[in-house]
Amino acid sequence: MFLTISTTGTAERPATDLGFLLHKHPEKVQAFSTSHGVAHVLYPEASAGRCTAALLLEVDPVALVRKGRGKGRGGAPDSALGQYVNDRPYAASSLLAVALAAVFRTALRGVCDALPGRADQALPLRIEVPAVAARGGTELVKRLFEPLGWTVAAESVPLDTQFPEWGESRYVRLTLDGELRLADALRHLYVLLPVLDGAKHYWVAPDEVDKLLRAGEGWLENHPEQQLITARYFSRRWSLAREARERLELARLAEADDVEPEAIDNAVDEESDTEEKPVPLAVQRREAILGALRDAGASRVLDLGCGQGQLVGALLKDTRFTEIVGVDVSVRALTVAARRLKLDRMGERQAARVRLRQGALTYTDATLKGYDAAVLSEVIEHLDLRRLPALEYAVFGAARPATVVVTTPNVEYNVRWETLPAGHVRHSDHRFEWSREEFRTWAEAVAARHGYAVTYAPVGDDDPEVGPPTQMAVFRKTASENASNTPSNPAKEAAA
Amino acid sequence: MTPTPRTLAVPDLSLVVLIGTTGSGKSTFARQHFKPTEVISSDFCRGLVADDENDQSASGDAFDLVHYIAGKRLAAGRLTVIDATSVQPEARKQLVRIAREHDVLPVAIVLDVEERVCIERNAGRPDRAGMPKHVIPRQRRELRRGLRGLEREGFRKVHLLKGAAEVDAAEVVLEKRFNDLTHLTGPFDIIGDIHGCASELKSLLTKLGYEDGVHPAGRTAVFVGDLVDRGPDTPGVLRRVMSMVEAGSALCVPGNHENKLARYLKGRNVQHTHGLAETIEQLDAETDEFRARVGEFIDGLVSHYVLDGGRLVVCHAGLPAKYHGRQSGRVRSHALYGDTTGETDEYGLPVRYPWAEDYRGRAAVVYGHTPVPDATWLNNTICLDTGCVFGGKLTALRWPERELVDVEAEQVWYEPVKPLRTEAPGGAEGRPLDLGDVQGRRIIQTNHHGRISVREENAAAALEVMSRFALDPRLLPYLPPTMAPTATSKEDGYLEHPAEAFAEFRDAGVRQVMCEEKHMGSRAVALVCRDEAATAKRFGITGVSGALYTRTGRPFFDDAEKTEALLDRVRKAATAAGLWDEYATDWLLLDAELLPWSLKAGGLLRSQYAAVGAAAGAALPTAVTALEQAAARGVPEVADLLARHRERAADAAAFTDAYRRYCWPVDGLDGVRLAPFQLLATEGASHAALPHDQQLALLDRLAEHDGSGLLRRTGRLVVDTEDEASVAEGVKWWLDLTADGGEGMVVKPLQALVRDANNRLVQPGVKVRGREYLRIIYGPEYTRPDQLQRLRQRFLGHKRSLALREHALGLEALDRLAAGEPLWRVHEAVFAVLALESEPVDPRL
Repeated sequence: MFLTISTTGTAERPATDLGFLLHKHPEKVQAFSTSHGVAHVLYPEASAGRCTAALLLEVDPVALVRKGRGKGRGGAPDSALGQYVNDRPYAASSLLAVALAAVFRTALRGVCDALPGRADQALPLRIEVPAVAARGGTELVKRLFEPLGWTVAAESVPLDTQFPEWGESRYVRLTLDGELRLADALRHLYVLLPVLDGAKHYWVAPDEVDKLLRAGEGWLENHPEQQLITARYFSRRWSLAREARERLELARLAEADDVEPEAIDNAVDEESDTEEKPVPLAVQRREAILGALRDAGASRVLDLGCGQGQLVGALLKDTRFTEIVGVDVSVRALTVAARRLKLDRMGERQAARVRLRQGALTYTDATLKGYDAAVLSEVIEHLDLRRLPALEYAVFGAARPATVVVTTPNVEYNVRWETLPAGHVRHSDHRFEWSREEFRTWAEAVAARHGYAVTYAPVGDDDPEVGPPTQMAVFRKTASENASNTPSNPAKEAAA
Repeated sequence: MTPTPRTLAVPDLSLVVLIGTTGSGKSTFARQHFKPTEVISSDFCRGLVADDENDQSASGDAFDLVHYIAGKRLAAGRLTVIDATSVQPEARKQLVRIAREHDVLPVAIVLDVEERVCIERNAGRPDRAGMPKHVIPRQRRELRRGLRGLEREGFRKVHLLKGAAEVDAAEVVLEKRFNDLTHLTGPFDIIGDIHGCASELKSLLTKLGYEDGVHPAGRTAVFVGDLVDRGPDTPGVLRRVMSMVEAGSALCVPGNHENKLARYLKGRNVQHTHGLAETIEQLDAETDEFRARVGEFIDGLVSHYVLDGGRLVVCHAGLPAKYHGRQSGRVRSHALYGDTTGETDEYGLPVRYPWAEDYRGRAAVVYGHTPVPDATWLNNTICLDTGCVFGGKLTALRWPERELVDVEAEQVWYEPVKPLRTEAPGGAEGRPLDLGDVQGRRIIQTNHHGRISVREENAAAALEVMSRFALDPRLLPYLPPTMAPTATSKEDGYLEHPAEAFAEFRDAGVRQVMCEEKHMGSRAVALVCRDEAATAKRFGITGVSGALYTRTGRPFFDDAEKTEALLDRVRKAATAAGLWDEYATDWLLLDAELLPWSLKAGGLLRSQYAAVGAAAGAALPTAVTALEQAAARGVPEVADLLARHRERAADAAAFTDAYRRYCWPVDGLDGVRLAPFQLLATEGASHAALPHDQQLALLDRLAEHDGSGLLRRTGRLVVDTEDEASVAEGVKWWLDLTADGGEGMVVKPLQALVRDANNRLVQPGVKVRGREYLRIIYGPEYTRPDQLQRLRQRFLGHKRSLALREHALGLEALDRLAAGEPLWRVHEAVFAVLALESEPVDPRL
């Protein structure tokens, strides 16, 4: 990891003053130990006309991996750090930002006892970073640095010149030119290098907010990309990002009011506002399913492919559903569902109504037999078409609930989604999306094979031309069932 | 006067209920006649739950425990004796219920001992001193009242011992169950439903080699029932079968039609439907004596037989494993009529429950009852009713040969109510395996490595991948195991080196090893069938001619046409090489490497490998230039830093070169190469034990006959681990191979399947990866001495254990596949490989 800071000067104001401002002697190589390796400061050129300071951070990749091992305590938030093949030793990122802050601590504060006053003055500066990890590319680099008064030259590094078809890497060769105070330049780098990278090598702690406010003082408040900067700085930790944004806004008010920000900023309750915003179609779909289940008079219900448990939660609110079993193949989804439903804190009587368990609909499952109804909401399209007969048999042939409710996207409606590019499915894991006719063809065949009758209902706005966004089929078992077993029934006894 | 010794017959699997007052000597009796573990004492259970064997307030819990233990023992098929007073009918009723639940016979042994004796015995036991005086007389009254009703309560045998002397003189004799013929080993010829087709029976017996009802080689015929009704000559069939059974050259189980005929012969009112009318008419022409003999014969039939050491079960309508060797009304009913779902079909006939789909027993079940066009195995069960009377054929199964022998029906003797099913019960398209076959903690018994356990969390992860991304289990008969690297080298500049691999095998007693060039691509398993029909016939999947999948069972290509095109190239080579006939197979299962690496790993290459190369390539030369400027300027102490960064820059360039060798552009299948290194299996045979030189020779032939340029030959060298010159040659071969970036080699015991001096499985191979290649694994600069030093501290134990376990599971899957075992058995082993792959192990090994 490497960057250089250059300035120009005259005989009266030699460029080598940079050494005083940085508190590093131009004729020496100095080494500083940081938590992830050794930082060297040296000057490739140091004349009165031009002086360049270089910061070279030698990262120890083996130590990085060993530190990165084990999530949680001592582990790194960036999973890439668990790899030996890792761009961290080469590309400028939060590691370099931390080293920069450590090595140039005094300069970052804008203090220079040797040349009093110079630290407060703008200098002609050129900053070069040969490889900056930049998610968002050269364009984002410009959006971040240009508003701060820099002239930005940014050039993407190709992934591999031998394979031009692979395109460009996420690294940018960056050159910044401008007349700025050195401390500001350093603080820009300190905040924006990790922001461009979008990942941090350490866990974001609550004091990060204070660090950002300190380093961003005087320039971040009015930066047009302020929202992106704060969000990225906290590595997509939304609750913290929100706190920081609110605090920035409040900080401005506090500034205007000449009071401490804490005097104003004291109303945020992190815990209360974590529910994701409901998607209207998902709500409509749940209502349609609940209606179908109530019409069927079902009380013992399977939610097959329950995901994060939204439907299970809705079923729990209606006491007519006495037994609710959520089944999903993803253990992660079940964990989230259990947390959302607060299963561990639920009262005994409520908890007895609901169970979550792992299951896979490509296998038959004896424990799913004998229920009033099963719901397959937005499930079938997540299965390869060739595996669909297995699901069909597991649900309609083996589990055989009295009612089966199936919902799936109506692909015809996709043209009405403005945000969906033509020919794209709605979710990257959708293995297929069916037209109304395709869905009905499948449903009729399933019903005929397994002794069910099927009816259909639209979910969401039923467009006259392309139909509703979601299509729903309700299967009711029709095959006659009598409890008597053959041997006790002489008429059928010798049937074979 | 000494009473004559009484012999008490007790079936070897039954629930024996001792009945007697306190002090009647039940515990002593139980001790004398049964194993201590067979006896469950209510007193003992009272002690377990209440620390006091006489605490009557704990009786409720104590009996719950008695019943629970009894249930567990009976479910496991173990004789169980209940040592409690059991003088009250309610107490006995619960025990009879438990016996019925587990389909064993309840047996009562009553110890009707004089009051005086009981009181005397209790007086001798200080712990019973506090027992009120009225207890024994009351219990005795209850006992006496209940005596006459014991049979009615459900006890199938009642032994009454009157007085202490008779109790002392009694002797318990365990007798075999009627259905237990495990001592008979055949060989057998099991014959399907005959339905009065006497002529076809005669032809079949002749074809099977019987001469006048006797087989010269001493084989035994076994009839699965439904001898009678519908056909032209029921008396003729009965005469033949009865005489063979009487002569001891045949066994017979009853069918539902025999059962109904017996009821008719006893004068019961039964409907003359389903072909009974024809039988009645034919029997009317026979003598009363003959009819009486038929009635007796049918009454004497046992509902099912367990034969050949428990490996074979024969009954009429099929039987789940939990009913094998059991005795109860419902076992008999299931054996004769099968199970139904409770639903009726469009012909008004009951819908049969597809019990064979659920069958997971180790005994083969051979049955009839449901007419099918062809007899086929499903989950180790086979239905032999091929509808002879409906114009089909009469089928026999030779056991243990498992060969089918049949004769065509001479004509349609009887019109069926509904058309014959197009296939055996179960096995239809789309019917999946059961979650119970794979979920949760599991233990898999393997031929080569004992019991291998799969942890619940690993099974959960495998379930997710298997059900969301993998191919249908029918197309997935094998997943490749992981392979451990060689022990870490101490050689300067090397992390892995062949010397350790050769030494390891030498120490394990393996003299000859095969070094195989490692192709750097992506692992691929290819199931290549002769054509779509062959896939449908053997694997039950239509519309494809095989499969090509990755190490987690995902299809290699999203594009089905591309897969077919690739399979077709392999198929043509196999045809040209004559492999189909040579192995008498319609399919080949190949373990291979598919190249280039960039084909499947393109995303990873770009996001990780090429990215690192790009970042290093941008940063390091710039740093070097700056250092050179500083050095040129005379800044002291910059020389070391400069030298080190020049080396780092060179390492980074070497890293880029390393991955570039495994990347090249492809267009369709142009540029795609497949390097097979093992033919895993063909019909009826696992080739996992075929020595590797023969394996590679075989695959060379395949490659030579490939006109498409798809197949790639594997470079090899045989090394004698005891011969220094040969080892040196092996090292040199590896050095040459890896000098220009080859991935390295795999060293395998030449004989493929080898055990060491302790009879433990030897590693099937270890990989020795090239110095340059390892940059892709351990980072561009791993060869720097300080890094190498630390990287040498790697721990291979878990990886090696994992490699062996997965290897054994892979072998197991192939063995099961070759033996034609049920799909669930093959899938169990395949699934376990995937589950083990989710164990936490250093991914760089």
